Amino acid sequence: MNTAVRETNQTEQFVAPAASVIEDGEGYLLQVEMPGVNKEGLEISTEGNELTITGRRSLPMIEGTRVHHESRRENFRRSFEIDPSIDVNKINARIEQGLLTLTLPKAEHVKPRRITVS
Amino acid sequence: MELTRYQSPNLSQWPTLDRWSNLREELDSLLDLPFLANSHRQDLFSGWSPALDLYQNNDNVVAVLELAGMRKEDIEISLHDGMLTISGERKRSSANGEKAERTERYVGSFRRTVSLPVQVDASKVSATYRDGILTVTLPKAEEAKPKRIEVA
Repeated sequence: MNTAVRETNQTEQFVAPAASVIEDGEGYLLQVEMPGVNKEGLEISTEGNELTITGRRSLPMIEGTRVHHESRRENFRRSFEIDPSIDVNKINARIEQGLLTLTLPKAEHVKPRRITVS
Repeated sequence: MELTRYQSPNLSQWPTLDRWSNLREELDSLLDLPFLANSHRQDLFSGWSPALDLYQNNDNVVAVLELAGMRKEDIEISLHDGMLTISGERKRSSANGEKAERTERYVGSFRRTVSLPVQVDASKVSATYRDGILTVTLPKAEEAKPKRIEVA
């Protein structure tokens, strides 16, 4: 990790969003739950074999007194280790209703393949 | 890194804990906690319990729920006897040939019930779902609104 990133981390508190990883023959599907985050607040970067996702929330501003409170205000950040079989240039991301879906395809040469006997 | 609100979905259905939830309810009724009388059982023992905030201002009571990745059609909002219930179901999106490597996300149904602090006008309740946040606005009933009384 680069030091500049680490310095900004100290001033800002993040929570780790819940995530799930699904694997199929073609690659991985990574889903990350970030309620309150839209496309504008999303930052995805890779460095070496580390994928970092930062989600800044644009939460609705509600007037009045809060009489009951469970949510957290913090933005989201989480890093994942990328499997060497993944082709980082082909990672695709979309966010819908606060759910980020990343498709991480495996590089062509590592995909399972059937070899026909000639 | 801090991981919050995580609970393994497989461990959540544990009916033998019910007596503890009853105990908890009894204790709470003794303490007479406001607004939340009915919600503890669900908070503690159902698999998925999305975070809920409740606000109150002069005109409205507003409930805000964190519900990432739902379809609008799968969210149900109902009002009965001064209790607001928000429920829904998130469907498993796994196709054939896939295997879950690791999952922290909940699938299945949730239900949150909250007792409203004042009377609301049920016919004027509205809701929006945006960026995974559900906002339910419940206008206060006329008689529940604060009124300034002029001294004649």
